[in-house]
Amino acid sequence: MAILLTKESRVIVQGMTGNQGRFHTAQMQAYGTNLVGGTSPGKGGQRIDGIPVFDTVLSAVQETGADASIVFVPAPFAKDAAFEAMENGIKLLVMIPEHIPVQDAIAIVTRARDLGVVVIGPNTFGLISPGEKTKMGIMPNHIYQAGPIGVVARSGTLSYEIAFSLTNAGLGQTTVVGMGGDPVVGQNFVSVLEEFKRDTKTQAIVMVGEIGGSAEEEAAEHIKQLGKPVVAYLAGRAAPPGKRMGHAGAIIERGRGTLESKEKALRAAGATVVTMPWQVADAVKSLV
Amino acid sequence: MKQYEYLAKQILGTYGIPTPPGRVVDTPDDASQAVREIGPVALKAQVLVGGRGKAGGIRFAQTSEEARTITQAMIGMDLKGYVVERLYAEGKLEIDQELYISVTTDRNTKTPLVMASRAGGVEIEDVEDGAIVRRTVDPRVGVEPYFGRELASALGLEGTLFKEFADLVVKLYRIYRDKDAELVEINPLAVVKGHLVAADARLNIDDSAIYRHPEIQRIDEGSLLEKKVQEIGLAYVELDGDIAVMANGAGMAMATLDAIQFFGGRPANFLDAGGGASVEPTAQALGVLVSMDPKVILINIFGGITRCDDVARAILQVKEGVGIPVPLVVRLVGTNEAEGVRLLAERGIDAYSEMAEAAEQAVKLAGEAG
Repeated sequence: MAILLTKESRVIVQGMTGNQGRFHTAQMQAYGTNLVGGTSPGKGGQRIDGIPVFDTVLSAVQETGADASIVFVPAPFAKDAAFEAMENGIKLLVMIPEHIPVQDAIAIVTRARDLGVVVIGPNTFGLISPGEKTKMGIMPNHIYQAGPIGVVARSGTLSYEIAFSLTNAGLGQTTVVGMGGDPVVGQNFVSVLEEFKRDTKTQAIVMVGEIGGSAEEEAAEHIKQLGKPVVAYLAGRAAPPGKRMGHAGAIIERGRGTLESKEKALRAAGATVVTMPWQVADAVKSLV
Repeated sequence: MKQYEYLAKQILGTYGIPTPPGRVVDTPDDASQAVREIGPVALKAQVLVGGRGKAGGIRFAQTSEEARTITQAMIGMDLKGYVVERLYAEGKLEIDQELYISVTTDRNTKTPLVMASRAGGVEIEDVEDGAIVRRTVDPRVGVEPYFGRELASALGLEGTLFKEFADLVVKLYRIYRDKDAELVEINPLAVVKGHLVAADARLNIDDSAIYRHPEIQRIDEGSLLEKKVQEIGLAYVELDGDIAVMANGAGMAMATLDAIQFFGGRPANFLDAGGGASVEPTAQALGVLVSMDPKVILINIFGGITRCDDVARAILQVKEGVGIPVPLVVRLVGTNEAEGVRLLAERGIDAYSEMAEAAEQAVKLAGEAG
């Protein structure tokens, strides 16, 4: 089992004929993702690696029954692509691009809530379910293996580091989710933890967080009633004080957002907090 | 992208929010002219850093001559690490009361957030929670006039102030939306002779949206070195240690700094070489690290989209070009790892596969370098 993304997911790639789209289409296909089509306005009728290209998401959905989409279009066109997907019935939407304007991200996640669409990102490496041999994202294929650990992260390469250390320790993963690095993203730790809670195959969860915001603190309040062990690693112990957004940032966070406040909250909730990435696998091993 | 106060106020003005009369001051002559036009003025350093008043960045002048002298002293002064290049002369206000208002984005609710208080001014961050009114905005609805009235009512404002405040909330939200602002803030929002005036203002534009705002002035921030690296398209922050660091991905770069500190070392910088940087930008970034003259350089790469052989080629390009005169510690794993490690080994560089070992070695070498 896995969360959010399974073998049954019927996936299209929006922006399939661009450099990035083409490269990752091949990678996703090689991994085993059920890719049923792609879009590229004006290029409908072509095939890329045997996968049909459509002009619009509407025709892609009509022809293929797609229910998931991964978006590779440049940031200025990402909002349009996201709405095109959502209005045509896509229920899992992975937004890879970085530098999407925050106002556009707000519009996307607001519409997603109304329609019951799960948005991963923006500015994410995507998600991967190794046991299902399926991924929607740009992560390297070889560092994951099937197993009982759920991973949820904010940052890409750091999550690769940790997933690979789990794999090397014989601890495979149900699903690894990248929430995305932007200020406004579709998921938060709480929503992903809730998915892992329901997944019977997931026995323990690794949270990879970082300084800033208060997502980790919110998650802590949720961990208490999760019923599954959580190992948390947060980056940014040595980082300089982040750029402050005038007074408003300080007022919103009110002492939250620092590494100390996050780790304290997570420990109080019963999570195992480690201070370095290479300590994660050992901590997980002692729990499962 | 932060805007200077005077630019923020120009934009507030175009939306009909009252600001004091003012003019930009680049020379002592400008300042003396400002007093002739406006009367007694506050001379305010235009820098992108908070706490300006407490640091001596705001001074008052009664006469043209005084304004001239003060301007001479202020232009070129160092204010919390920023050199003052320009002042804004503004009519001195007789302030009866200071309020606070801002519109920003709330990461948790993923909506705009309006915050207001009757306890504005420099101590706003220390005001107790109960004295701040927060209202999230439904982005589908936006801020209609009733929203402003409710906020004014929640603050307990009455009469003229009630009406002016309610009206101002609508305008401020319009700026937040129209200009793709991360933050638009008026603090203090002054009460002068019974009317509201924006005594100070901040406007930060979302960097990702700047492309669709040709009307917004482009403002550079950061040290020369920071700008140089940012021009290559990489994220860079200077720190005060002696171990120069390059890693790929922001989280990975942060974790690398943590690892150096864990083993007792001090990082010299934060450099995110990006999730998929190719040979040329990586070599340029490494060139910048060499120019910083650190004791040790630590490169920590987990190749996903980034290919280890590209990183190795970049390292060799710099080593054989400008040269790398300090000890170099490389950790290289992931995509095309074998090829990258082989390329480096051929030229006498042994790559580590464990991040902990590489960080420990870098700290050890920095210690030996004294």
